[in-house]
Amino acid sequence: MEQFRRTGRTRGKNVITNERQYDVIVVGAGHAGCEAALAAARMGCSALLLTINLDAVALMSCNPAIGGLAKGHLVREIDALGGEMGKNIDATGIQFRILNTRKGPAVRASRAQADKQLYRLRMKTVLERQPNLDLKQGEVTALVVEEGRVTGVDTRVGLRFSGRTVIITTGTFMRGLIHVGLTNYPGGRAGDLPSIGLSDQLRDLGFRVGRLKTGTPARLDGSSIDFSRLEPQYGDDPPIPFSFSTERIEQPQVPCHIAYTNERSHDIIRSGLDRSPLYSGVIEGVGPRYCPSIEDKVVRFPEKSRHQTFIEPEGRDTVEVYPSGLSTSLPVDVQIAFYRSIVGLERVEIMRPAYAIEYDYVDPIQIRASLESKLIANLYHAGQINGTSGYEEAAAQGLMAGINGALRVQGKEPLVLRRDEAYIGVMIDDLITLGTAEPYRMFTSRAEYRLLLREDNADLRLREHGHRVGLVPEEEYGRFLEKRERLRSELDRLKSSKILPSELDEVVAEKYQLHGLQNAVTFEELLRRPEVTYDDLAELDPTYGEIPRGVREQAEIQVKYRGYIERQQVEVERSRKMEGTALPADLEYASISGLTGEVREKLLKHRPETLGQASRIPGMTPAAITIISLTLKGRERS
Amino acid sequence: MYCEDTIAAISTPPGEGGIGIIRVSGSSAPALAEQLIRLSKSGGLQSHRFSYGEFIDPVTGECIDEVMAVLMRAPRSYTREDVLEIQCHGGTLLLQRLLGVLLGHGARLAEPGEFTKRAFLNGRIDLLQAEAVIDLIRGKSDSAVALAQHQREGLLSRILEELRSRIVASLALIEAHIDFPEEDIEPATLELIVVSVAESESELNRLIAGFSAGRVLRDGVSVVIAGKPNVGKSSLLNTLLRENRAIVTAIPGTTRDLIEEIVTIKGLPVRLMDTAGIRETSDPVEGEGVRLARERLISADLVLFLLDGSRPFDDNDQLILGELTGRPYLVVRNKSDLPLVLTLPEPMTPLAELSLSLLTGEGIESLRDSIHGIFLNGQAIDSREYVALNKIRHRDALEQCRVRLLQFRENAGSGAHLELLAVDLRTALTSLGTVTGETTNDEILEQIFSSFCIGK
Repeated sequence: MEQFRRTGRTRGKNVITNERQYDVIVVGAGHAGCEAALAAARMGCSALLLTINLDAVALMSCNPAIGGLAKGHLVREIDALGGEMGKNIDATGIQFRILNTRKGPAVRASRAQADKQLYRLRMKTVLERQPNLDLKQGEVTALVVEEGRVTGVDTRVGLRFSGRTVIITTGTFMRGLIHVGLTNYPGGRAGDLPSIGLSDQLRDLGFRVGRLKTGTPARLDGSSIDFSRLEPQYGDDPPIPFSFSTERIEQPQVPCHIAYTNERSHDIIRSGLDRSPLYSGVIEGVGPRYCPSIEDKVVRFPEKSRHQTFIEPEGRDTVEVYPSGLSTSLPVDVQIAFYRSIVGLERVEIMRPAYAIEYDYVDPIQIRASLESKLIANLYHAGQINGTSGYEEAAAQGLMAGINGALRVQGKEPLVLRRDEAYIGVMIDDLITLGTAEPYRMFTSRAEYRLLLREDNADLRLREHGHRVGLVPEEEYGRFLEKRERLRSELDRLKSSKILPSELDEVVAEKYQLHGLQNAVTFEELLRRPEVTYDDLAELDPTYGEIPRGVREQAEIQVKYRGYIERQQVEVERSRKMEGTALPADLEYASISGLTGEVREKLLKHRPETLGQASRIPGMTPAAITIISLTLKGRERS
Repeated sequence: MYCEDTIAAISTPPGEGGIGIIRVSGSSAPALAEQLIRLSKSGGLQSHRFSYGEFIDPVTGECIDEVMAVLMRAPRSYTREDVLEIQCHGGTLLLQRLLGVLLGHGARLAEPGEFTKRAFLNGRIDLLQAEAVIDLIRGKSDSAVALAQHQREGLLSRILEELRSRIVASLALIEAHIDFPEEDIEPATLELIVVSVAESESELNRLIAGFSAGRVLRDGVSVVIAGKPNVGKSSLLNTLLRENRAIVTAIPGTTRDLIEEIVTIKGLPVRLMDTAGIRETSDPVEGEGVRLARERLISADLVLFLLDGSRPFDDNDQLILGELTGRPYLVVRNKSDLPLVLTLPEPMTPLAELSLSLLTGEGIESLRDSIHGIFLNGQAIDSREYVALNKIRHRDALEQCRVRLLQFRENAGSGAHLELLAVDLRTALTSLGTVTGETTNDEILEQIFSSFCIGK
């Protein structure tokens, strides 16, 4: 039973305070907020998850898909740490594919189409059933800040919630402004109210609030599309799940369809540019380079005669489809003419128009590697508020914010993943050291230790962390330990077990180019050859055929890539010292002689936590790093 | 005080100059001065006063050069430590010899910019000078007068920047196909990338070859004159010495039978060595000389095999020829003023054969041309890239880059995964980055987004 207390007037409003004090309050129930609240509650903290609309929990505001290059990696990492996203897509996915199967194991990535409504409903159910977690509707209008630390939040209806930590995951909602042609109106997402007031307060508190822009295509009526004229694209059979805990995907799979724009489409676009909010200067927010609207593509690449689109189903029980790559903020009349110019879509009906949205974000260099803000203690930022884009990027940050909020409550050190350990580590480090001028999306090329950060070994990299903080249940952890042990003994066995070519059957020896060889060959040496797989080993020794898929995959990659992997590990070791050198908060850059004004300004702005972070601040010179490092040594001595 | 050890470095720019300066900083600087500099007046060095003396090799006690020395006691010095500056005659070889003696007696070779680094760590340098300090610590140069050097580096960095952009473009192409597999972009034309990478490799080869020429110019080469007794070795040595006024110093050999002189042949510093005749002997003293002569032959960059053109090839010549197998040597036929009698036995594999007369001086010039040409491949020695790439750090970086590019082409040829090919190019860029500055991830992404229409 909740207790309320009238606590008088704040800023001219009557405030009613909920007497209960939460350990962790999460503002926003998108992909970041759900992971944050679940993590905190699963770690034993009392958690409150507030959302502007309880019917839009974990809603996929843009494309109905999870994963893809680097994003699939993030989902695997979330799963290994004990997050929910992987399990949620496994339960509600309607088409699973592995991308880049022939470009190497590290850049292999999972992607799945989701049933959009099932995805959100399942997540809501998980939240509702989670002990320690309250899920409530409410628009947060202000943070309660006392003596430099956050102590709660105020909602639109005048209710105050007290919390020891607060995690803000507002997505596109803060001062959200929706554009369709030259018409614009406030909104957090088409159909939802924006969040007004919060970002003004953040600005007053000293945060640098900026403006970003993103967009989404129209949702089309699939029953008005002639799919017979489009090329179908099917998922993998059998579908491979995201989660290390999912045995198999049971639900039936559906195809996507490929369509193309043409010169006539582009003419229509060009004819509408005078009413484009993007080109008429109405939109001030910065959009992503990797996800341009169709008008942007037509303008920037005039020589391209067609642009590809995947028509993605929004679910199994709906006719709504999502034409990927065709987002636009052109007026509705141009939109309909444009979509109908595409072969197969001649009679298409728009169910929801395309739009662009501008929203407020906070400069991520103002947060720490733990995602706690540098300005206000116990306040964490995750997701689009940090300038990122994408469900997976958001969920990963939400998870880390939830973990670190809970660790703070428990009085423990934060969990900070290193760049050589996880894409999550790369992403957060990029955000806090480089900041971002456009919506930040994860790419595998952002990871300097890409060969180490594979989807297949996410459990080996992160399960222990997840278990240590209390997110990975004992039973799942036990299975992981077993797998790791099997892998260890399998690698030993490959190294020690040998075949004598002279004892082999002539044909087999010929096949593996072993005949005539005098000395015994280990199975490891054999497996290292590019063309030899585990199936081949099984032909030489049937016991190799009995090894579970997960273990043989690991063993094969580790053996084949050993040279490259070891070289990257050497590089990791080299940078380890710098990463581990903490920069004291009271380090007075102004008094260090030898630093240029420019460098000093950057250091004061960023306030890096480690020497490693400092070294990645753009414009930082190796000399400056040397000077700081020497200064630290000097401090130690004196 | 920040540092305790004592550092030393040559402070004047590389190359020939009227004078050279060696700077020593640290607590042992006064002791080194006392130990190594024999002053003309007694009483030792007075702080901030120049004194004349001889720089001696404490092992042999001999004078290496006449010097002017000044000791600046802490804290009234550039680094606020005890600083010793030694002015001697110019010339790289001499300076390196003096430096070598200092290093052999407890000083450590200074890192680039280390004097300046000490200066500000000890609070000597104020904020206004900080910009310059940082440039120096970046390793550009520790030399006081590095203007010419910088101009040369300007040209070099332009070449390297072109090289870097080309590798970035190749990498971006590969990364685009890795990160955007579902985009409608044209298939990776690996063949074209391989061609581009091969071009980068040849450019690197050219630069690296230039480095060895640069090194040759800076450090000099060793040339040994070999020949049977009385064939004219000493005359040849004297002729080369006489004709080349730029003698830096004379360094006696370790025995009286081995003479080392330093000459400059068309700008190329040459350590010229005469050897005792190589012949069978039972005299232990002479035997020792022969042994040393053999060692010299083996370690020499070039051997001048001097023969008497007026007489037939004999057993003594044969004995020397036996030592020359596999060594770079020139056949030099003396006495071209007399009728040619000498016929060379088969097989002989000299780099070149030429004739001269030490009596008339005929052919000396073409010998000088040959020596010069052998080391500098007939290239003009003032070609800027050669000198620019004279830092071993640069050479190593470029060499590593080249190796990775080669690896890339091998991997591409054997059908390796794109992700490994990307690693090869990235590592190549990292190596290059130690000279050109780092390539950021965002630069690669920018290249992708400007080349391809990406966006789902």
